[in-house]
Amino acid sequence: MILKADNISKTFFRSTGSANYFYAVSPLSLEVPSESVTVLTGRSGSGKTTLLNMLAGILEPTEGKVLLDDTDLYSLKDDALSSFRNERIGVVPQGRSAVDTLTVMENILLPAKLYGKNAPAEEVRQWMKDFEIDHLAEAMPRELSGGELRRMAIIRAIVQDPDMLFADEPTGDLDDENTEKVLAALYSFAHDRKKAVFIVTHENDALKYADRAFRMEKGRIDLQEN
Amino acid sequence: MSKTMAGMSSLSVKNLKRKPGRTIALVLLTAFLALAVFGGSVVVLSLRNGLQSLEARLGADIILVPSEAQSKVSFQNMFLQGTTGAFYMDASVTEKALEVPGVEKAAPQVFLASLKADCCSIKIQVIGIDPEKDFTVQPWIARSLTGELGDLEVAVGCKVEADIGEIIRIYEQRCKVVARLEPTGTGLDTAVYCNMDTMNKLLAAAEAKGISHKITSNDDSVVSAVYIKVKDGYDIDTVNTALTGKLRKVTAVRTRSMITGVSDSLAGVSRTITTMVIVIWVLAFVILLLAYILIVRERSREFAVLRLLGASRKMLGRMALLESAACGLLGGILGVVAAAVGVFAFASLIENSLGLPYLMPAFFSVILLAAGTVLLSVAVSAAASAISAWRLSRVNPGTALREGN
Repeated sequence: MILKADNISKTFFRSTGSANYFYAVSPLSLEVPSESVTVLTGRSGSGKTTLLNMLAGILEPTEGKVLLDDTDLYSLKDDALSSFRNERIGVVPQGRSAVDTLTVMENILLPAKLYGKNAPAEEVRQWMKDFEIDHLAEAMPRELSGGELRRMAIIRAIVQDPDMLFADEPTGDLDDENTEKVLAALYSFAHDRKKAVFIVTHENDALKYADRAFRMEKGRIDLQEN
Repeated sequence: MSKTMAGMSSLSVKNLKRKPGRTIALVLLTAFLALAVFGGSVVVLSLRNGLQSLEARLGADIILVPSEAQSKVSFQNMFLQGTTGAFYMDASVTEKALEVPGVEKAAPQVFLASLKADCCSIKIQVIGIDPEKDFTVQPWIARSLTGELGDLEVAVGCKVEADIGEIIRIYEQRCKVVARLEPTGTGLDTAVYCNMDTMNKLLAAAEAKGISHKITSNDDSVVSAVYIKVKDGYDIDTVNTALTGKLRKVTAVRTRSMITGVSDSLAGVSRTITTMVIVIWVLAFVILLLAYILIVRERSREFAVLRLLGASRKMLGRMALLESAACGLLGGILGVVAAAVGVFAFASLIENSLGLPYLMPAFFSVILLAAGTVLLSVAVSAAASAISAWRLSRVNPGTALREGN
C-alpha cells in the first residue's frame, strides 16, 4: 500500500494584499509508504494541516491528485469517498474532536458504529488501559482534560485499523510521559501492522520515531536527513 | 433497516436525549404549531357541523310563527342557544297555509316552557309534534326510537339530564323518557319532544298552574309554529309573500335567512380562527427556521467529526432530518393532546361564548385530523430544518474543527 500525492496544491482566496489568491500549499509530489512513520514539521501557518487534510481525503486540492493504491480519492463520489475514508483512513485532528453527546467509549467506537460494523471492544479496553483513560469509558467528553481527549482520539484512530493514519499535532496537549507513549504506539502501529503513519507537528519530539521527516515552510516541503 | 441506518438512528436518539434543552425547545415549538392547527380545525369543523345540523333539523323552506314571536322571544335563539319560550297562534293556520298555491306540506309544532318549580323536574322547552304531518323532527327521532311516541312519552335532546326509562314531571304530569336523541349542536339538544295528545295534556296542566296558552277565552286549539315545505317548481319567495298576505298576525320566516345569518357569523368566526392559525404558523415556522439555523453553528464541529470518521453528506443530512422529524413527531403528538384536552374539556364554554351551533366532529374524523396534524408537524419540522441539514452535511471538517478549537 502506498499513498501518492501527485503535484497537489491548494490556494485560498485572500481579500487583502496584492494578489487575490495565495498558495497555502505550493505544487508538490509526495509518497507515503506503508510500514513507515513520516513526520512533517514546520511552523504554525506553514501549510502542514492543509497538506494533511488533502492527503486524508477531506480537503480537495486545487490541482493534482491523491492516489491510494491507484485509487484517485477525489475522483470518488461522496458516498464512496466517505466509506473509503471510514475503511482505510484514520485521522487524529487538531484540538478537540469528540462528539459531545457520546461517552468516551461511544466516541471511540463511533467509526465502526457509523457503518454498523462490529467494534473491537476488547482492543479498545486494552488501549484505554495503556493510555490510562480506562476509568473514563463512561464519562462525557466535557469531563475530560485536553490531554485525555487527545488520547481518546488517538485510540479511536488506531482501533479503526486504517491503512493510513494521519495525526495532526498528536502530542499537543500531552506531558512528556504520555508523549512518549503515544509516539511509541504510533510507531508500533506502523511497523507491527504494516501501516502508514503520517504525523504533522511543530515539535521535534516526534522526529526520533520518524522513518522519514519533512520540513514545511510557506507551503513548500523539503526532505530532512534523519 | 440497513446497519448504517441503524447506527445513525441510534446516534440521533442519543443526540436528542443528551441535549434535553435543545430537544425540549424544538418539541415545544412544534407542539405550539400542532396545538393551533388541531384546536383551530376542531373548532371550525364543529361550527360547520353545527350549521349543517341546523339546516337538517330545520328541514323546511318557510316557518310560520305568530308576529309577536319575533319580539317576545327570539325565535332564532331557541334553535341556536336553547332559550325557552312559548308563543301561540290559531291552529287553523296549518290548514290555511295548505290552501296557498305552492305549499306541499305544513307541519305544526306547539311549544311549552316548563318551570323551575316544584311542578317540574327541570326547566326545559317542550315541543309537541304531529307525527302524521311532521317531516322535520320525525326522521331525527326515528334514528333513536323504533315506533312512534306514545301517550305521555317523550324523547329528550342529548343535553337534557334524564335517562331512558326515567320519569320526568312537567306541570305535575309524569312523562316517561323513551329515547335520547343524537346531538345536533343546536338549542334543540336541550328540548323534549312529545306527540300532540301529550302536548294537549301538558297545556291543560300548565293552564291549571296559571300558564295560559289561550289566544282567546274560547280557543283551546293552538300551534306555535308551522313548518312549510314548498312544492318543486315554485319560487319560495313568492310562496312566502303569498303566505304573509293570506295569514293575518303571522310572520313567514324563510329558513335560509335564519341559516344565512348563522352562516355569516360562522364564516366570520371561521375566518378569524383561520387567520390566527395562519399567523401562529408563520411565526412559529420562522422561529423554528431560525432555531435550526442557529443550531448549524452549534453543531458544525460535531458534524465535522462525523465527516472525518467517514460519514457521508447523505448520512449526515438524513441524521439531521431524522432528528428534526422526531422533534416534529413528539411536538405534534404533544400539541394534539394539549389541544384535544382544551377543545373537548371546554366544548360547552366554547359553544356558549360563540353563540353558534357547535357540533363536534365524529370520533373517526377527529382521529384523522389528529393524524394529519401530527404528519404536518413532522413535515414542517423537517422542512424548517432542511436548510440547516443541507449546510451541516456540507461542513468542511478541516475548517470547522480549526474554527471550533
